[in-house]
Amino acid sequence: MRHSTSQAFLMVLRRDLTLAARNKSEWLNPLLFFILAAILFPLGIGPDPGTLQRIAPGIIWVTALLAALLSLDSIFRADYEDGSLEQLLLTPQPFAMLVFAKVLIHWFVTGLPLMLLSPLLAVSFHLPGDATITLLFTLLLGTPVLSLVGAIGSALTVALKRGGMLLSLLILPLYIPVLIFGAGAVDIAAGGMDASGHFLLIGALLVLSLTLAPLATAAALRISIG
Amino acid sequence: MSMSLHDFLYMDGYYFYVWSSYGLAVVILVWNVLSPMRQKRSLLRRLGKPKRRGRNS
Amino acid sequence: MYKSIVKLASTRNFYQFAGKLLPWLGWSTLILLLIGSYWGLVIAPTDYQQKDSYRIIYIHVPAAWMSLFIYMVMAGSGAAALIWKTKVSEIIANSCAPIGASFTFLALVTGSLWGKPMWGTWWEWDARLTSELILLFLYLGYMALQAAIEDRRTAARASAILAIVGVVNIPIIHYSVEWWFTLHQGPTVSKFSAPSMDKSMLYPLLVMAIAFKLFFLTALLQRSRNEILDRESTSTWVLESRDSL
Repeated sequence: MRHSTSQAFLMVLRRDLTLAARNKSEWLNPLLFFILAAILFPLGIGPDPGTLQRIAPGIIWVTALLAALLSLDSIFRADYEDGSLEQLLLTPQPFAMLVFAKVLIHWFVTGLPLMLLSPLLAVSFHLPGDATITLLFTLLLGTPVLSLVGAIGSALTVALKRGGMLLSLLILPLYIPVLIFGAGAVDIAAGGMDASGHFLLIGALLVLSLTLAPLATAAALRISIG
Repeated sequence: MSMSLHDFLYMDGYYFYVWSSYGLAVVILVWNVLSPMRQKRSLLRRLGKPKRRGRNS
Repeated sequence: MYKSIVKLASTRNFYQFAGKLLPWLGWSTLILLLIGSYWGLVIAPTDYQQKDSYRIIYIHVPAAWMSLFIYMVMAGSGAAALIWKTKVSEIIANSCAPIGASFTFLALVTGSLWGKPMWGTWWEWDARLTSELILLFLYLGYMALQAAIEDRRTAARASAILAIVGVVNIPIIHYSVEWWFTLHQGPTVSKFSAPSMDKSMLYPLLVMAIAFKLFFLTALLQRSRNEILDRESTSTWVLESRDSL
């Protein structure tokens, strides 16, 4: 029975969502890390509201980044190890589309919750309301970029036994632009000014990753699977 | 041409910075030449072994 | 002409062709380096503001230019390796990495050494230094990925993808860091820009730039030949011409 691309796409979506629902730790752990790591900073630096407010955008964004990095292992590893990734590669549908489906679910269960929890952290850092809303939107646009670009690194290292540290080394330089514009936007908003320039740039990064990252990821997976 | 040897070495007081930079450049360039040379020697040694004695080492 | 390029795709031809080029490249590099250094250190006039410390420019700027140029070559070679699956392309890409990384390191340290007398601190988070630092990490990541994958061809192809992704990112990283830097630029940091240079200072810079390019080619061919020997160590042409390699 010949499936259309969109049918195959939906099937992958549904499958990965079900798997994520079953393996809750894969997305819960990064979330818990996000909160825990972020609150280390007031504990280490001191509770002065002025200081916390100033460092909040950077801290929250960096910990979001690190949490995303931690969550990347779960995109492909399990499927690589049990052979289902290879099966996916052999289907007639465009591999990049199916890869995109996996990345979409990954973002849905890691990036999106991260974004939804960020106001909690913002409050604990005394971030003003406008800045918190900006934070939400920067994470909304930025976390998909983290998932998309991170997937490339994940694909390159999936076949390696201890790929975790290498993955970080490969991906963190590529994460820097999102970090700069994301945290920068919140900084500007906290100062009461207009951050729309930054948003346009994050949007541009998102569009760029949406179009190119799945292709690179698919190519990398082909190479890793051999 | 308009510089004395003293001016050349002293570099207007910046001798540490200027000469460290040029010194590091020399080190890096030399390393980029020596490192492959060393590699080649060990490669050739590896290739040369079977011919010499006919036993594996 | 096309045919002779295609012939070079064979590792054996490339090895021999590179071997013939090497002495020429080596000597012309050395000569140009000596001329350029002498020109820059002695002949070029002293700068009005920066005195003689500006002479670091003759190392720093060519090194920075090379760090970017080599990355492009690395990514381009990687792309060629992916598209045409030629071994020589893979080998060239691999050989670029350590050379590019060392030039990046040189650019960073000389930037620091130039910055200390100018800005008063060893490090500044200015756009150029920061982008260059990230570039170093891109190189190191490439080399780390290479080292982690056992099969040579798989390693080369995976690294090629990484290099291409990195190339797309280089302008993005540079632009974003520049934005970030101009946002946070403190009043104490004097934004040092290279003004339009006087010709007497520019010419030695160009000579050094060409010298560094030739040096890159020399080092590249050396390393490439080694990797060819390593990969082809069991093939007949290597075993037969052992004495003349």
